[in-house]
Amino acid sequence: MLNRLATLGQSSLNTLQKIGQSGLFLGGLIIRKPDFLKLWADLRHQLYFCGVLSCLIIIVSGLFIGMVVGLQGYHTLEKFGATTQLGQLLALSITRELGPVISALLFAGRAGSALTAEIGLMKATEQLVSMDMMGVDPIARVIYPRFLAGVIALPLLALIFSAVAIYGGYFIGVDWLGVDSGSFWSNMQVSVDFRADVVSGIIKSIVFAIVVVWIAVYEGFYCTPTAEGISQATTKTVVHASLAVLGLDFILTAMMIGSW
Amino acid sequence: MNHQLNPANFVEISQLSFKRDGRSIFDRLDLVVKKGAITAVMGPSGSGKTTLLRLIGAQLTPDSGEILVNGTNVHQLGRHDLLAVRRRMGLLFQSGALFTHLSVFENVAFPLREHTNLDESLLREVVLMKLEAVGLRGAAHLMPDELSGGMARRVAFARALALDPDLMMYDEPFTGQDPISMGVLVRLIQRLNQLLNTTTIIVSHDVEETCSIADYVYLIADGRLIAEGSPSELLKSSQADVRQFMHGEADGAVPFHYPSRPYLEELSDAE
Repeated sequence: MLNRLATLGQSSLNTLQKIGQSGLFLGGLIIRKPDFLKLWADLRHQLYFCGVLSCLIIIVSGLFIGMVVGLQGYHTLEKFGATTQLGQLLALSITRELGPVISALLFAGRAGSALTAEIGLMKATEQLVSMDMMGVDPIARVIYPRFLAGVIALPLLALIFSAVAIYGGYFIGVDWLGVDSGSFWSNMQVSVDFRADVVSGIIKSIVFAIVVVWIAVYEGFYCTPTAEGISQATTKTVVHASLAVLGLDFILTAMMIGSW
Repeated sequence: MNHQLNPANFVEISQLSFKRDGRSIFDRLDLVVKKGAITAVMGPSGSGKTTLLRLIGAQLTPDSGEILVNGTNVHQLGRHDLLAVRRRMGLLFQSGALFTHLSVFENVAFPLREHTNLDESLLREVVLMKLEAVGLRGAAHLMPDELSGGMARRVAFARALALDPDLMMYDEPFTGQDPISMGVLVRLIQRLNQLLNTTTIIVSHDVEETCSIADYVYLIADGRLIAEGSPSELLKSSQADVRQFMHGEADGAVPFHYPSRPYLEELSDAE
């Protein structure tokens, strides 16, 4: 009994220490004064890697999710004779919720895991240590451009996701099920408020971006530099980032609906 | 404890103690590296030789004692000053530790791009000169995964030399080298030391190669210094553990077996 209590205490202490360490790590990244001239080549490369190469999965997923929401929405609205409201339903659910959340989850799986594995392998092959010994700060040179690229890329990917998803819903609702195109767009235009809906979605995806990339680079940088350690770190990135996104989504939604 | 650095010494380690996971790696170790000399630190695997280099480079912090590099206590420096001091040090890693996303040329160019403002043509000249020195100018366009282990080590050597460091540290430079590249490396280390007067620390357990170029040798085992002297003095030593290591005898003062229960007793457990 006493042993179990001690184990519980130890693991709680370890968790707290890890939270503190990752908090300091994030703080260090945020207050960093970047040298954009030196950063640019790496940043561009990472934007391509995190952003451009994630476009395909984001566009395809966005299209299908828009189509599914369009289909489900149409059949529900039909019962109330309100199919003309399909545009409104699509735009609100996608810009407020599905766009930021699903693109963050996909981003954690696609780019977050890759970031962790890459940084972990650099650590295992002593590349980070050798950089440090050359008098080059690995956080500035390796971690920061990846962090920045992720934070820039994800909100843009979420916007692309939302736009494609709305077109996916349009395709199903208007082209396939016969909703009037004019009422589809005009209802959307009337009911969607830029600040309350679009901006709140963008704010959400910026917060998700910071959290997902933070977890990914932290797990990579502090992983145990062995094959097993890297595989565990990669799994942790995807699991923790996904749970953090879903949990934060609830908190942010509650805050936005409550105060706005 | 703060003492004046003897101007003839480049690195002074005094009363260094370091523990890892509760295990003592160094226990009040004293060691001096003379300016411009080749100093070898030898000892059995697991005696903390690589850890010693990491301590000198201030990547690890000692539990007690101090390490002065060119008169500066490296463990009391702020991050910015420490990075500046490290620019004057070169460390050749056992694995090479090349950046896998950069070509051989870019690997060698990396420290130059980071720390100097050389224009592209001058930078190219310096990089090719360093690669020429290690015989790999022709491999400049290759990626690290296209190199053999020995070639990768030589590229890493060229990269460590890029900024003409005052202190070069080699971590097991001869391990896993074929006889030809071994000979090349031994000559390179020696030539570099003589031509540029670079203070050199070699950490190794290859007795023959290391003794052929070292000016002074420290032997460490179990976290303590067991002997020091010129290679010829150590080779002639009558001290049991020194003789065992220097002449590669399998078992002796330094046991071959990791501490364990008697073999028969452990076997009888399984029955």
